Amino acid sequence: MSFVTRGFSGRNRERDPRLPPGQTKVEDWPVLSAGPTPKIDTADWSFTVTTETGAQTHWSWDELRALGIEDITTDIHCVTHWSKLQMPWRGVPIDKILAGIPTHAKYVMAHSYGGYTTNVPLDELLNGQAWVAFEADGAPLDPEHGGPARLLVPHLYFWKSAKWVNGLTLMDTDDPGFWEQAGYNLHGDPWKEERYW
Amino acid sequence: MSALPAAAARTAWYTGTVVEARPETGSARRLVIDVAGWPGNDAGQHLDVRLTAPDGYQAQRSYSIASAGSDTRIELAVDELPTGEVSPFLVEDVAVGDKIELHGPLGGYFVWMPQAVTHDPRPVQLIAGGSGVVPFVAMVRAHAAANDPTPFRLLYAVRQPDDVFYRQELAQLAASGLQLDFVYSRTAPHDWPVPAGRITKEALEGFVIPASDKPRIYICGSTGFVELVAGWLIELGHAAGDIRTERFGGK
Repeated sequence: MSFVTRGFSGRNRERDPRLPPGQTKVEDWPVLSAGPTPKIDTADWSFTVTTETGAQTHWSWDELRALGIEDITTDIHCVTHWSKLQMPWRGVPIDKILAGIPTHAKYVMAHSYGGYTTNVPLDELLNGQAWVAFEADGAPLDPEHGGPARLLVPHLYFWKSAKWVNGLTLMDTDDPGFWEQAGYNLHGDPWKEERYW
Repeated sequence: MSALPAAAARTAWYTGTVVEARPETGSARRLVIDVAGWPGNDAGQHLDVRLTAPDGYQAQRSYSIASAGSDTRIELAVDELPTGEVSPFLVEDVAVGDKIELHGPLGGYFVWMPQAVTHDPRPVQLIAGGSGVVPFVAMVRAHAAANDPTPFRLLYAVRQPDDVFYRQELAQLAASGLQLDFVYSRTAPHDWPVPAGRITKEALEGFVIPASDKPRIYICGSTGFVELVAGWLIELGHAAGDIRTERFGGK
């Protein structure tokens, strides 16, 4: 249903093919959060995986990092229409966190300090697609950007990359998280513009 | 918990016709847009604007809506970002009669609903930095329109008096129950009792509903402003779960 907007020609005429539809490249890093930024000391930080049977596995800050940190360079895409290209990140792949945890679950709810939640299909967190990230742009993650650790699922809109993440709950059926209950898409593929539902 | 919110169910693309455009401040413009089929919106919701160039190039941005309710006429107040792409068009180029594409209403969290809906009698504290006042304009309008008994207080931090959005309307609402406070960071009015300057924690404490009254708090502004104010409110004893934020810009 799109039509030409009278008088609009656009300024950023170079269309980068790495930008999904409706996205604009930014050089700074916008902050979007629904509430105050929690301040979490890594000495108090812990990460918990809960399976669909209720079994829990816990990691301290050092234990989780000891699973093996990878370097990642990736584009990220926020549903509010900005993208950052070729960002360096460091984090532990979800594959290593879930290795050895028996499950038949199909979906995951990520949980955060402060109460934020977001849902992601389990198979989209595996095979090198997602991490618990501690660093971005060569420095520890700022609290505003989700530090000390956030989920990194760069192939989905960035609200799925839960800031201040502290756990994953494995689920048999999908369930909407915080923004998903407020009208955002259950899946969130930026290349399909799955912004809202 | 899987219930689909009513607002989300109505979210769609609409064609809006600009029916009024006038300067809001030296850098901002108020647009009244008639949106055929618009399902109405809650106070604090936003929408996406999509502009399309003749060659198919498109740009999209999100804007808070300054109006609320069932009217198909909605209001935006857009501040021009000098390096922007969509805001300069909306502030300088778009004209009455032009049609633009809008997607919404969006956002179900940074919204205010009347006490008749929420049954929550706690007071509401709104804290705006600059153009972050726009969703609060919708909220104070909705609050007045509903004759809502909830105590409402708006703290509006702005650089100088000329930068105030909706100056007249806010003054009128302040005369009829809204508690309205300004802090000026660069230039204060001549008769202002406090010199202009960056807001401090002590000033903030004096301008907001005390933590002992357990206000529900909404903060909207630049990332730096929101981080600063939200952090101080926590230190002043407000519960993190009572504070909702909306930010723009990077860090």
